[in-house]
Amino acid sequence: MIRFDSVTKRYDGTGEAIRNLSFQVDHGEMVFLTGSSGAGKSTLLKLIALIERPTRGQVLMDGRNIGRLPAREIPKHRRQLGVVFQDNKLLAERSAFDNVALPLIIAGLSDREIARRVRAALDQVGLLKKERSKPGALSLGEQQRVGIARAVVTRPRVLIADEPTGNLDPWLSLEIMKLFGRFNDIGVTMLIATHDLNLLGKLGGRRIQLANGELSEPEDDALVF
Amino acid sequence: MRYWLKLHVRNCQGALIDLAARPLATLLTAAVIGIALAMPASLNLLVKNGRNLAGGWDNARDFSVYLQVGTQLEVARKLASDIEKMNGVEQVSVTDADTAFAEFAAATGFGEVLNELDGNPLPHTLGVRPAADISVADLNTLAERLKLNAAVDIVQIDTAWVERLNAILDFLRRVVIVATAVLVIGVLIIVGNTIRLDIQSRRDEIEVLKLLGASDGFVRRPFLYVGLWYGIFGSLLAVVLLLLGGLILSGPVQTLIGLYSSDVALLGIDGSTLLLVAAGGLFAGWGGAWSAVARHLAAIQPH
Repeated sequence: MIRFDSVTKRYDGTGEAIRNLSFQVDHGEMVFLTGSSGAGKSTLLKLIALIERPTRGQVLMDGRNIGRLPAREIPKHRRQLGVVFQDNKLLAERSAFDNVALPLIIAGLSDREIARRVRAALDQVGLLKKERSKPGALSLGEQQRVGIARAVVTRPRVLIADEPTGNLDPWLSLEIMKLFGRFNDIGVTMLIATHDLNLLGKLGGRRIQLANGELSEPEDDALVF
Repeated sequence: MRYWLKLHVRNCQGALIDLAARPLATLLTAAVIGIALAMPASLNLLVKNGRNLAGGWDNARDFSVYLQVGTQLEVARKLASDIEKMNGVEQVSVTDADTAFAEFAAATGFGEVLNELDGNPLPHTLGVRPAADISVADLNTLAERLKLNAAVDIVQIDTAWVERLNAILDFLRRVVIVATAVLVIGVLIIVGNTIRLDIQSRRDEIEVLKLLGASDGFVRRPFLYVGLWYGIFGSLLAVVLLLLGGLILSGPVQTLIGLYSSDVALLGIDGSTLLLVAAGGLFAGWGGAWSAVARHLAAIQPH
């Protein structure tokens, strides 16, 4: 489904964040991207979301080289993805309901369908009762769950998450990861960047270890599932 | 189509709600637009009234042709008829010497003294009314041609002050055009800058929207509607200012015109002026917003 073919990403001034990287993620797979800070995890996700373009090589999605997509087609590509950020990127002035509704408004759904889907997504993350709350009135864990609801509300085929548990305590982190597991169970392909190795042992999935922008062998094979 | 329409209605309402949430800033921006629109519109009204007034003094360009003393009345009438057929002449009237003498005696009250004179010293006089559209050069040429006639003694023409007025009005008309252009550019910059600040303050939101797959049009539309609302409010304010100005000034100006023995009615704000002000406001609002979003939205990308 997603294939990186000899991909290199070079930033001006800081050198190569990803170097000649090749791997494949199949449909319905759950893949954890691990590695130390600066290993290239975020860059890899940015290449999938077309926040960045590869300097060399091909990023293929369903056989199509998305690295070469014209600018006008980027919005359509992004609408196929669900994205979860470490800092959740919620709009502070809007309620949980309105934040989750955003991708559906962009997609042009009817008000009734938007309301139905947003409530279903909020229910899935256990925040239906807080649909009118603004992010400032929610805890960090709740905010992250709203972010996840927003990422899955369009029923994306691929969900990418960049350090989604980075700001959370271990218990909340596990809850979030279990939530991802549930979405993966219904066929959503997942790529999750994390440095929290302890969590991986409690979840299924495949691990891709990065070091200095290249694939590297996981230090502990037991963590590969 | 339905989705597109719904999106526009939603953006239009959303922009209005956004502006209502910051009433003072909205009012100030609208006031700047309103004043900028009202100024050239009121200047234009001033020029139109000036022109109307100048045109209202119909006899201002009339001139007198004094014939040689002793010219026969029949000759005077024949000459009047000939002049009336000339290009640039609308009408010629004949005032015979006896009538002129009687009028002069009555007007001055020197009747008895004048009766002591040996004879009537006044000549027959032709009153010439040139065509309304005659130029100053043609008017002078006409006067020179009349002077060449042997029966003509003096051609008295005094249109200089009307010409000066017309020159001032022409100048003002150009001032209106230049001022309108300058003020419209100013409004475009003001609206553009306001929208730019709006874009900067909503940078995070724009990044998130783009990341969620919003098209450029989707992101751009709310800002364009904000600009449009600024234009609408500015236009309304301009109309209120123009109506108020007209209300306050019409009385004294009408009195002043009356003092110059003219019955010309003062021109008010007509439909075409209102339409122009409204169109100017909408153009300035939408155009200013468009210039800002075109320059600044593309620069904001998720990172």
